[in-house]
Amino acid sequence: MAVINLRNITKQFGDYRAVNNVSLDIADGEFVALLGPSGCGKTTLLRLLAGFEEPDEGTISLAGQVVADGVSRQMVAPEDRNLGIVFQSYALWPHMSVARNVGYPLEVRKMLRAERDRRIREALSIVSLENYADRSPSELSGGQRQRVALARCLVMEPRAVLLDEPLANLDVHLRETMQEAFLDFHRRTGATMIYVTHDQAEAMAMADRIAVMDRGHIRQMAAPETLYREPSDQMVAGFVGAGAVLPVGDITLQNNGRCAVRLGDADISARICARVASQTGANDALGLCLRPEDIRVDGHGTLAGKVEDCVYLGGRFRLAVRLANGHALPVYSDLRARIGENISLSVRDGWVFSRQEAA
Amino acid sequence: MQAVERWLATSGGNMGGNRFSDRLLPLLFVPVIFISVLPMLRLAAEGLFVQGMPSLDYVRDVMESSQTWRATAHSLYTAALGTVISVLIGGAFAFLVALTDIRAKAALVFCFMIPMMIPPQITALAWVQLTGPSSALLNAIGMAPALGSPQPLYSAEGIALLLGIQHASIVFLTLRANLRLLPREQVEAARLAGARGGRLWWQVILPLTSPGLIAGTAMAFVTALGNFGIQAMLGIPGNYITLPTLIYRKLSSFGPAALGEVSVLAMLIGVIAVIGVLLHHHLLGKRDYRLMGVVGRPLDIRLGARRIVIEILLWAVLVAILVVPLMALVATSLVPAFGVRLGFDNFSFDAFYQVLFVQPATIRAFHNSLLLSVGAAIVLVGMCLPLAYVIVRRPSRLTKLVNLLVEIPYALPGVVLAIACILLFIRIPVLDISLYGTLAIIFVAYLARFLIIALRPVMNSFMQLDPALEEAAQACGAGIGRRLRDILLPLAAPAAAAGALLVFLTAFNELTVSALLWSAGNETLGVLIFNLDDSGDSVLASAVAVLVVGVVVALMTGFQLASRHLPKGVIPWQS
Repeated sequence: MAVINLRNITKQFGDYRAVNNVSLDIADGEFVALLGPSGCGKTTLLRLLAGFEEPDEGTISLAGQVVADGVSRQMVAPEDRNLGIVFQSYALWPHMSVARNVGYPLEVRKMLRAERDRRIREALSIVSLENYADRSPSELSGGQRQRVALARCLVMEPRAVLLDEPLANLDVHLRETMQEAFLDFHRRTGATMIYVTHDQAEAMAMADRIAVMDRGHIRQMAAPETLYREPSDQMVAGFVGAGAVLPVGDITLQNNGRCAVRLGDADISARICARVASQTGANDALGLCLRPEDIRVDGHGTLAGKVEDCVYLGGRFRLAVRLANGHALPVYSDLRARIGENISLSVRDGWVFSRQEAA
Repeated sequence: MQAVERWLATSGGNMGGNRFSDRLLPLLFVPVIFISVLPMLRLAAEGLFVQGMPSLDYVRDVMESSQTWRATAHSLYTAALGTVISVLIGGAFAFLVALTDIRAKAALVFCFMIPMMIPPQITALAWVQLTGPSSALLNAIGMAPALGSPQPLYSAEGIALLLGIQHASIVFLTLRANLRLLPREQVEAARLAGARGGRLWWQVILPLTSPGLIAGTAMAFVTALGNFGIQAMLGIPGNYITLPTLIYRKLSSFGPAALGEVSVLAMLIGVIAVIGVLLHHHLLGKRDYRLMGVVGRPLDIRLGARRIVIEILLWAVLVAILVVPLMALVATSLVPAFGVRLGFDNFSFDAFYQVLFVQPATIRAFHNSLLLSVGAAIVLVGMCLPLAYVIVRRPSRLTKLVNLLVEIPYALPGVVLAIACILLFIRIPVLDISLYGTLAIIFVAYLARFLIIALRPVMNSFMQLDPALEEAAQACGAGIGRRLRDILLPLAAPAAAAGALLVFLTAFNELTVSALLWSAGNETLGVLIFNLDDSGDSVLASAVAVLVVGVVVALMTGFQLASRHLPKGVIPWQS
């Protein structure tokens, strides 16, 4: 059952369309990441959901109830939507103790003292902060503060938890720990979570589905592995994962969802997007997405190139190889290569899609 | 049916609850417009209408009078000369405190700010007590000028000197705020490029700080122009009449009959002040020296062996402009009878006893000033919290306009506001009651004049507040009332308290506005000191002044001690 539905949402700031005709359905208990470069509209989309912004067009409904309607200008205020939100800046109130911060939603709902205290204890134990109830937020570390913010959402049993780049202020090591904390929280509570981030590794590690956004549009919404293996357009292919997109002309369709692509002197067998396969010929702007793990340095390989860069990643090297047609490929190699060296490559797999942007 | 649905959509149920309160918010601006804009409009009307008809008669009368032009020339001369003195003193202090490694900066700054916080009429009184032939201090050490010789301060230059000292801290504050933003790297880069000594100051530091210098100069000039206390205490006995004192004289000799002419004169001061402000904006507009680099690492130019000399010099200036006049004031307040030579055997606290417990007028003035300043502080803070919230969080064209409008009554000379208030409240049109001759008219004028003082700290504090703090509460289900009460109010409380104290401090000693608005039984402390001195009772005047200075310094010290708990930018001398 879908609990959150966005229909044709548009939000304009002056002449700029921050969110442009976006539709999105999120199921109960799902963990969805909104991923995109800065300025792509992902935070605006989250704020529209929370009710801090009013859509200019389209409707938003929560569990079937319309909470924002761009046409009739109906709005349910954020305080009446029962959505939890975790901010990048934590947004803990410095003049309240940790326990009062966490219990505030219950205080607003006029819950009785004893019940409230029980729920606060419960929420704090889920984020492993039982012993910090009487501290002031300023005495906590960044990760602890973010866990308090999470507990504050949890305690109100929201329809969904919205997270706005919650890890951006934390250092790399803490980020991994907090990712585990979020996942653990998601498993334990089964809450619907919508997670805004510009970090693809973060999104891939946690989300059931990822919506990649660019310039106000959702480019593709899919499971992380689908997004990685089968990007639907140039932007997604370039933004998600390391890899290269090469423009290709002649392809020969095969039956099993694959095709043969001619690249320089090499014939490459690649998977092909079904939509492209069904209307090939009409569409000549095709792209071939190659991931580094599908390319091997191989003395018998048919694809020739020149090494331009070689970086040691620990355990393996990443080479940048310039092909004869001028495009560069990232390639993993077990051995160091000299800059300027001519090598040959073999390609195991690839993905062909249309480079024409669906507006 | 459709109409009912729409009504439900906007105000019923939980739909649009947020929007509904938003629509009520502009109502907040009504009192602001009432106290900030209406008096000014009324003032313009008075000067430009004669018996209900548009007429330039008053304007012509004023323009044809040689008195007007003499007073204007006097005003411009004293304000300009005073500004030069302010820039020299305040500029030197600002550069030395902000850029060099002199010691005890906090103490130096604190002492330097005291002249600004002491009411001008007290400054004038203190200096007159210091320098005249009857100076208690000079007589006590046998250095007073011969009896019968003129008081040197009763002159244009005397007025300019005191204006300069009084407003030096304004230049200091704006310039130092600018210098604080001067990144160390820009000066270091100039030194690496080979600039040294005078070249460094003249070609790099001075141009980079010129915006602050220009702003400080303009503010000092406009403030000096409207400073009534010094101009009246020195100018009236010396018969050196400036525009504010001309207005005061006309009103006190002709009463309401002079209102037409007086409002034209008030507009004349207003126009000069506005020209000053426009000139300032024009000069600032030409330069865009945005300072880049890491802010917060102040320069520490090492003065080396010269440091101790400069430190002695700075403290000597402070002693001369602050300590000595205040000592003179204290000395006069301890004189047993006016004209008697003060010694260690004959000083007396009788004057303090008189003003605190015997004289009904002084007791009443203390009472009135206390009532007015505490009342203004409370009412203004009450107004400012929601007002600042709307201006900061719901910006619109209307809020930007209001933000400008509230500046007017404070930026224009106090005389202008006072007359505008007389005109508006001498007979309130619809209610047909008069506030003139009551304490209420002073109160309303204070609200208009000091609104900005209370508003700015609260606005600063709201601006520094992460909007997410409020949005988090909103997501928790808290409506606007709860958010104001639980989140915004506690977080803005220190700033609001600081704003209230600043209003109190300023209103407690105020003279310019109340000098024209007071009536028998409704004197304020500022008026009282002025009147006591005017009638020759300098000993009692000094005693009241010493008490007022005591209150001011005590409050400032309190601020200083509480500064760690206040948001940045609240304490004027720690900008």
